[in-house]
Amino acid sequence: MTQACVTAPFGRRSAPVRSIERSGPYTFLRALDAAGPKPRAGQFYMLQTARGWGGGDDGRPYLPRALSFARVEQVNGGLELTYFLESVGPGTARLAACATGEELLIAGPFGNGFDLDRTRPPVLVAGGVGLAPIVALDDKIRKTDGARSTVLVGMRDGERAAAITKFGVECGIATEDGSAGHAGYVTALLERELEDGHDSTVYACGPPAMLEAVRALCSEREVPCQLALESGMACGYGACYGCVVPTVDGYARLCVDGPVLPGDKLETAIVKGAGH
Amino acid sequence: MYGGPVKIFGAELAHPVVNGSGTFDALAARRVFGEQLDARFPFAAYVSKTITLEPRPGNPPPRLWELGQGMINSIGLPNKGLARFIEEDLPAYAMLPAPLIVSVMGFSGDELAAAVEALGERSEILAFELNFSCPNVETGNIVGSSPEETAAMTSLLRGRTEKPLIAKLSPSSARPDQIALAAEQAGANAVSLINTLPGMAVDPSGGGPWLGGGGGGMSGPAVRPVALAQVSRVAEAVEIPVIGMGGVSCGRDAREMLDAGATLVGVGTENFRDPAAGERILAELRELNQSSVERK
Ligand SMILES: Cc1cc2nc3c(=O)[nH]c(=O)nc-3n(C[C@H](O)[C@H](O)[C@H](O)COP(=O)(O)OP(=O)(O)OC[C@H]3O[C@@H](n4cnc5c(N)ncnc54)[C@H](O)[C@@H]3O)c2cc1C
Ligand SMILES: Cc1cc2nc3c(=O)[nH]c(=O)nc-3n(C[C@H](O)[C@H](O)[C@H](O)COP(=O)(O)O)c2cc1C
Ligand code: FES
Repeated sequence: MTQACVTAPFGRRSAPVRSIERSGPYTFLRALDAAGPKPRAGQFYMLQTARGWGGGDDGRPYLPRALSFARVEQVNGGLELTYFLESVGPGTARLAACATGEELLIAGPFGNGFDLDRTRPPVLVAGGVGLAPIVALDDKIRKTDGARSTVLVGMRDGERAAAITKFGVECGIATEDGSAGHAGYVTALLERELEDGHDSTVYACGPPAMLEAVRALCSEREVPCQLALESGMACGYGACYGCVVPTVDGYARLCVDGPVLPGDKLETAIVKGAGH
Repeated sequence: MYGGPVKIFGAELAHPVVNGSGTFDALAARRVFGEQLDARFPFAAYVSKTITLEPRPGNPPPRLWELGQGMINSIGLPNKGLARFIEEDLPAYAMLPAPLIVSVMGFSGDELAAAVEALGERSEILAFELNFSCPNVETGNIVGSSPEETAAMTSLLRGRTEKPLIAKLSPSSARPDQIALAAEQAGANAVSLINTLPGMAVDPSGGGPWLGGGGGGMSGPAVRPVALAQVSRVAEAVEIPVIGMGGVSCGRDAREMLDAGATLVGVGTENFRDPAAGERILAELRELNQSSVERK
């Protein structure tokens, strides 16, 4: 994608936890980044705790974990970065167990981020923790640019949907258990949305099956889409070649060529080993 | 004095910390971190990812498995092939503020010889590292496990270039000292070890292997005791310098590798946890001079 890159400070740096808040199975983790540049929506950081990183399941985590930022605010002393995560294994469990004031080591921002096309109405689609970069993009569109966006969010249940309110995002909601909004998948809302307007661009982040459904829907209707994918990452900055996903041009390192890929570069958004 | 300049291959390196091949893409890092990377370049010499004559896509994902103290990878040597390496990457590598060591691998002696010959005259290159030991390609550990094959391959290449040759040894041999001696006698100017140890992970959802390549190579702190044992055994056996690596993640680990007989220390997996690991490890290594003086 053609866009000006945000250069990350070299190495990892200390970032104290300013606050941590739990909402059902989700955690909002806010950290102070005193030295980093302002990230672009869709970019991510590699995180680890300065102490006690390891010793969970199988002695893990060992490698840092990739997390998108959900919100960035200028505060006294730097940027406050909000991460939004669900504990699914030893790394995210450790991050979710952080205490206020605890020291994180972060590197980034990494990756390309979304390439906002201002000539087409944006439709943003999120599933689960995929809400993080979608909130960041929505903030950019509505708060920074003062423009309009349509946001659609899918959550498994009402407990998870409560996190949407905490972010204060105006959106259409779908829950799989029907406890809030449309009962079913968020892609049903997207299908309805695309009936009225074919001139939009879709930006999406969520589990692989959701992204694949979004990709297929957009591809059928010839609507451009940008998908923020996930894969297992060791480094986040192009060093290990571990994070590749297949594209029409061969394997792409998701950390430097992504994590946002145009839908038409993918034959499928389902990658073995990515997401859960 | 730990962490001072090192004379090797007719050059003087600023310090003993280098990267392990395939664990730091300096060109990608330059795009991600910008000019600060040049100002704070973390290695005294830069070792490229292994290249092969023909382009390779590498193994299908997943390519990574995390361990409590390390990881298993099945990257499979993806690279753009020799021709595009020469055209696109070599000029960019030449701009780095550290001398360049090019890692090469071949599926036959002829292939390896062709690569070394094509690059043999390039002034941008300080030395070649011959990857005789990748567990992720079929021929990798075969050459590296046999003193005869290692000697034959090394002498074949010795005839094709004046540049220093580093034989990267397999950790899968019971007698790495014999392999190292064979490489030395055939004209290698240094040996490096260890490469990753063959390993495997099972898909947690049941059944077969997790990694796209089936098996993979283990690295990180979990392999450090193996690396120390092999480095010290090899360093006792050969006169040529040893580049020691395997699980080095702090200054103390680096010092132990030097104490085991290494002339240079390679940092691999730790780069993934800390992009500036080389810089930090060197600083920690130099700090140890301070504390050892105090102890006396
Ligand atoms: C660019 C990017 C942005 C992301 N943003 C967010 C975000 O904003 N919020 C969020 O919650 N998550 C985000 N993720 C996902 C997050 O990084 C992963 O959920 C996290 O790394 C999981 O680590 P864990 O230790 O908790 O679980 P793990 O157990 O490491 O990971 C869970 C999955 O990894 C696999 N696995 C299991 N054991 C191993 C092992 N030993 N080695 C390797 N794989 C194994 C399985 O498929 C398992 O389902 C993002 C990922 C990427 C790539
Ligand atoms: C992801 C990954 C890729 C690697 N790629 C190469 C390679 O292309 N060529 C090579 O000779 N060694 C390769 N290695 C091996 C390392 O250079 C090093 O020998 C090994 O990882 C041990 O050091 P460490 O424990 O510090 O990582 C690779 C290692 C890792 C983890
Ligand atoms: S995570 Fe290491 S190359 Fe992408």
